[in-house]
Amino acid sequence: MSFFHRYRRLKDAGVLGLNERNGDYIMRYNERRFYPLVDDKILCKQRLDAFGIPTPRLLARIRTQHEAARLGTVLGQLHEFAIKPAHGSGGSGIQVIVARRNRRWVTAGGRLLDIPDIAHYVANILSGMYSLGGQPDEAMIETLIHLHPCYQGFNLTGIPDQRIIVYRGYPVMAMIRLPTRQSDGKANLHQGAVGCGIDLASGQTISAVMHNQPVEEHPDTGTALGGFMIPEWRRMLWMAARCHDAVGLGYMGADIVIDREHGPQILELNARPGLAIQIANRAGLGRRLKAIDRLPDDGAGAGAETRVARTLALAACGWDPAAAGAIADRIAPHPGEIAEPGAACG
Amino acid sequence: MKTLPHWLVLSLLLAAAGGGLFVYKHQVLGYPLTPGELSTAWTVQTRVQFRGDGGPLKIALRLPAQTPGFARLNEHFVSRDFGLTVEENRHTRTAVWAKRRVSGTQTLYYRVTFYPTGLAAALPPRPDYPPLPALDEPFATALRNIVTKVREHSADIASFSAELLRRLNTGSTDEDFQLFLSDPIYRADRVALARLLLAGARIPTLKVNGLKLGAQSNNQPLMPYLAVHNEQRWLFFDPLSGQLGLPADYLFLWFGDEPAAGIKGGEVTDVHYAVQSSELSSLQLAIENTGLAHPWLARFSLLALPLHSQSLYEILLLVPVGAFIIVLLRNVVGVRSFGTFMPVLIALAFRETRLIAGILMFTFIVGTGLLLRFYLERLKLLLVPRLAAVLTIVVLLMAALSVVTYQLNLEVGLSVALFPMVIMAMVIERMSIAWEESGPRNALIDATGSLAIAALAYLTMENHLVRHLVLVYPELLLIVLGAIIALGRYTGYRLSELRRFKPLAGGI
Repeated sequence: MSFFHRYRRLKDAGVLGLNERNGDYIMRYNERRFYPLVDDKILCKQRLDAFGIPTPRLLARIRTQHEAARLGTVLGQLHEFAIKPAHGSGGSGIQVIVARRNRRWVTAGGRLLDIPDIAHYVANILSGMYSLGGQPDEAMIETLIHLHPCYQGFNLTGIPDQRIIVYRGYPVMAMIRLPTRQSDGKANLHQGAVGCGIDLASGQTISAVMHNQPVEEHPDTGTALGGFMIPEWRRMLWMAARCHDAVGLGYMGADIVIDREHGPQILELNARPGLAIQIANRAGLGRRLKAIDRLPDDGAGAGAETRVARTLALAACGWDPAAAGAIADRIAPHPGEIAEPGAACG
Repeated sequence: MKTLPHWLVLSLLLAAAGGGLFVYKHQVLGYPLTPGELSTAWTVQTRVQFRGDGGPLKIALRLPAQTPGFARLNEHFVSRDFGLTVEENRHTRTAVWAKRRVSGTQTLYYRVTFYPTGLAAALPPRPDYPPLPALDEPFATALRNIVTKVREHSADIASFSAELLRRLNTGSTDEDFQLFLSDPIYRADRVALARLLLAGARIPTLKVNGLKLGAQSNNQPLMPYLAVHNEQRWLFFDPLSGQLGLPADYLFLWFGDEPAAGIKGGEVTDVHYAVQSSELSSLQLAIENTGLAHPWLARFSLLALPLHSQSLYEILLLVPVGAFIIVLLRNVVGVRSFGTFMPVLIALAFRETRLIAGILMFTFIVGTGLLLRFYLERLKLLLVPRLAAVLTIVVLLMAALSVVTYQLNLEVGLSVALFPMVIMAMVIERMSIAWEESGPRNALIDATGSLAIAALAYLTMENHLVRHLVLVYPELLLIVLGAIIALGRYTGYRLSELRRFKPLAGGI
């Protein structure tokens, strides 16, 4: 297949490229002033709390090297937690502690860390090692997420997360990212995690990708990746749509994890979500975005619940742009529903 | 019709402005397209010898007038202790040398260099119609007969003149022509005779004194031409062959019957012309030419800067070209690299080290630096001190490389000092982080991508034609800017994405 021919095929399939994502969606729909709301995880957490969207509980934040020196008292009696840079990107710089042995802690990877080890780690975060551009950063300590029993069939070494792309407040595409031994327990596709596309309407996994190549089974355990039912799927779609009201970004990715006890929680929001989700879903994102363009804005009063309902109706029509008008008329906003456009904040 | 988007209009305007200036400079001002282009220039040296009577002396030498197709590059007078003034009017230039007391033989020189150009030159206007020559018989009758006969065989001034010259030159047996040709007064000067006969038909004529530049010679004889005005323009005839038109390398000296030099208080003994041709850089000619035609344009040019600033700008002007290559490779091809403009800086360093040696040295420094950086990782240093340590290691590695390669008689190792060391330290730091976070494979892909971009940018920036073009035509950077702006709105797929999304092209 010639390059030109393949170019046409991709265009016809509505596949979104990086240049188009950056130029036509991120630059157009993500205002600069809203970026701090997602780039600073502490600010983001406060914002989402205010909008009633659950997130992992913040146990402590460390802002200065001075505070890092007194880490022993901060960690106190904690047995399990996650240390993250507030400005980290792409899941970098996250350390997960799963247990405590006297004065030492055990990482998810099985290593033992004492107080000076953790203090050095925190100091690296503070000096900006993981932040974009290397500016001074903050470290945050969050509660540990526990693996939900529904995932047990996969025999995972880490916590999977659900990524939902939200465009103008409408969820448009989703995948679940399963950690592998290669990804070192991290749910990051760059590092070798498996991404499975999710059927928006049913919440069932359909197809999977690893290192940009389609796969059928989990590489570590051989478990089939298709046909898995994500629990509390409808609630996750609502949470993702609601995030748009909270941070005001027109094109973003919401990363959701499910805790054994606390259910779905927003782990982080991403203003520049990657494009591999298209391969995981075997579907082009651009086509869906163009269909969503025909739906009215959240400014017209449609709350997250209405937007989810409209998206599902549109998905049922095969993302036919022509159906959008009728769907918008049929699914009118609830009178009691609150719609707070993100532009109100800032 | 759909209106063009703003960015496209801006991009097209920039390209049009750059392209317009480029075409103007090339076509009109004659700036060369390729480096080392040569043009022929002619140097004419006039030597005038004269004898003074012992009293005050004033000598006037006619200087070359404007010739169509030639422009004066420079001129030089050798006046010795004579006072010099140059009298200039629209069509003639005269050098006047003067001195209070002159005796014995004196020699003065005038040197002038001409080069070919597309410019036209102003010729003298049409003179008044000459009166009928007052001749004694039998010459008056012969003249009338000649005019009548030639007129019968011609249609206009041009053909009349040509026919008359032809008959004059073929030494026809016609007795009227023979009468003039056998008379020693008329026979001497063929041009003067032709002018006299043409005056019989009241046709305005002028004697042209000039040189044929073609042959280099130390003593180039004057080659007079006959200029005939046909009411619209001057026609030039070779008085000996009767052929119409000037040779391409004919240089006008002056118009009229006067001799080359006029003198008061002495006697001209010799006026002598030497012609020499030389090859001059077309660029140098164009600069001089611009200076004559548009002094401001020549002054506001990079080529008017001192040489050391010029060589600096030669490098600076290449940076946008390198940046353009990066835009192309990153946004259209989709090559990954460390840092956005790091490859351009590396490419600039390659200019000194050359490509192969540069890549080897870069790989050595980054590779060794990376190993030491992994060791530093175990010391758990804080960010800034660690960066400083890596920077120090880079400098030490560069120094060691220079010393060792110099001892091995490899001069090339010395140029390693031109590598941007801070950038190298950042590459090592970023590569080690990428190594740990995304795995060695991704880190190596990014590093290879950076080197590939640097090599391609280097090859482009080192191209002689590219270097020549941006220095001589900096306005081409406007086109580059327009292209960069246009690429900034390129939202199509990158070439690498065609491969990445291959599974999606199989029909959905």
